[in-house]
Amino acid sequence: MNIIDIRNIFKIYEIGDVKVHALNDVSLRIDKNEYVAIMGPSGSGKSTLMNLLGCLDTPTSGVYNFTGENVGEMDDNDLAEIRNREIGFIFQTFNLLARSDALHNVELPLIYAGVSASERKERARKALIDVGLEDRVYHKPNELSGGQRQRVAVARALVTRPSIILADEPTGNLDSKTGREIMALFNEIHGQGNTVIVVTHEEDIARHAMRVVRLLDGKIEIDEPVTNRIVPEPVA
Amino acid sequence: MDIGETFRMAFSSLRANKLRAILTILGVAVGIFSITLIMTIITALQSSIESGVSALSKNTFQIQKYPAINMGGPGSRAKYRNRPDITLEDYERLDELLTSAKYIGAEEWQFGEQVQYEGDETNPDVSVAGITAEAQNTNDWIVEEGRPINEGDVDRANPVCVLGADVKDNLFPPHINPIGLTVKVSGRPLQVIGYYEKQGDMFGQSRDNFVAIPIGQYHRMFGVHRRSVNITVQSFGDEDYDEVIDEARGHMRTIRKVEPWDEDDFEIFSNESMLEEMNEITGGVEIGAMVVGFIALLAAGVGIMNIMLVSVTERTREIGVRKAIGAKKRNILTQFLSEAVALCLLGGAIGIALGVGLGNFAGSLLNAQAAAPFGWIVGGLLICVAVGVFFGAYPAYKAANLDPIEALRYE
Repeated sequence: MNIIDIRNIFKIYEIGDVKVHALNDVSLRIDKNEYVAIMGPSGSGKSTLMNLLGCLDTPTSGVYNFTGENVGEMDDNDLAEIRNREIGFIFQTFNLLARSDALHNVELPLIYAGVSASERKERARKALIDVGLEDRVYHKPNELSGGQRQRVAVARALVTRPSIILADEPTGNLDSKTGREIMALFNEIHGQGNTVIVVTHEEDIARHAMRVVRLLDGKIEIDEPVTNRIVPEPVA
Repeated sequence: MDIGETFRMAFSSLRANKLRAILTILGVAVGIFSITLIMTIITALQSSIESGVSALSKNTFQIQKYPAINMGGPGSRAKYRNRPDITLEDYERLDELLTSAKYIGAEEWQFGEQVQYEGDETNPDVSVAGITAEAQNTNDWIVEEGRPINEGDVDRANPVCVLGADVKDNLFPPHINPIGLTVKVSGRPLQVIGYYEKQGDMFGQSRDNFVAIPIGQYHRMFGVHRRSVNITVQSFGDEDYDEVIDEARGHMRTIRKVEPWDEDDFEIFSNESMLEEMNEITGGVEIGAMVVGFIALLAAGVGIMNIMLVSVTERTREIGVRKAIGAKKRNILTQFLSEAVALCLLGGAIGIALGVGLGNFAGSLLNAQAAAPFGWIVGGLLICVAVGVFFGAYPAYKAANLDPIEALRYE
């Protein structure tokens, strides 16, 4: 079954009298446990597509079925709920709450999901252990390195056991070595059966995925399997 | 998310901006402080008045030229001053006419006098009361030793006096019995015929620092002119009290030839009417305090709104993240509202603590009993919540309605 089933989607912004077709008749299907890279130069509609995939926005026209539900008909509250339940976001700038420790940051989606305090602490701790941060649970973001912060963000994305992990330039703010570590972590997550979508403009990052979707001027230009895939060494 | 969680988060985000939070809180604290301070003082005074009762003895009222508490503006004093004095003759007529009363006494007071005995003297703060015999009954002055001033003393204006407990204690050592000795009151030698039991303090003032003398003797010492007699009347019981007041008023109008269409040219007051007047004054002060407090709270509320708007702008990205990971509008709304309410409650709590503390300190200077205006404490906290919700609503609404995409992109 397709987790993501996008059919003939348009996203049109009106800037003054000019209509900008950010997405122009895009169709895309992504199955469970795929590992997809979405690529494209700036202005290609990459961000718009990511916002739609992440249920942060709804299309102007077309159908977006997400795990069988029609996102286009959802209101803000439904979208918030589906984001909470089904989508794990990972951002370029990590976007952790600066004043909260790692544990609380990871707990946050569970708070909004209404999980009890004891259960969510346990799950958040487990998620931090899974990304190798068992000794950084009570550190605040400014006490962590960039790679560690992104690991906290990964833990936060995974803690709700979402249907997809949606990462936007996840290594953009990291040096190349740390970036490789994070990509190794993604590989591991994918290996555990998760569906991973990475939005990037770097070929090297995209080559970690198994399928690459290239956008240009609001249309899907190429959608093909990755042939020369980089399989990172698992990080000890 | 339960309410405890919400407030824990609210307080932790306030801690992140301590100075800003404190400055914002200050406004609320001042508003609530001014209300609780005044209310605490008033509550303390009222509880003292009501429990300490009273200026007058039980079932007693007083007829005077001037009201007990003058509430009028400038010029009202002139209205009372131009009334004819109440004379001893007025009193004697009333004494004859008002047969339903148990006791009717007349008294006049001279303040700041001195009593001497041989080489010793009191401070010049002794009150001298010129009285008729029954004034001792209406005032509940009970002779501890010796005898009271009697009708004969009053009729003949005898040069005798009965000492208040403080005067006796101040002037004579415990082993000397003053009865039969001659003291000088305001320079005039008078024979001590007795002394009264101690009555205690009221509003921090002793009620025993006085000397009672026959009213005729008083007139010889201090003159008759431009003096008005106070008449005190005691009824037999509670049941006939109001009736006796009405009768006394009627007789006084007759005696003083007040035309039926004119208002009384004298004042009748009782403990109840004094309490009422006191309450009128405190009611005015209460309204004043409320107005001041509300203006302060209004200003504080605008401050809170301002700071919350700044906070929403600063934390746009945080709001974006929260929304991305599943916060609903309601969650964000609650978060910012509860921060505003937490600010207000914190300020309110500080204001209340200071207000009750300082109010009771001020009350203690007036010898009032310690009190806490519970209604106003609860009310004050509720007002804080209301201010927080009211002024926090717009910033919270703004935060809740941010577009998550825009908010995430915000630098």
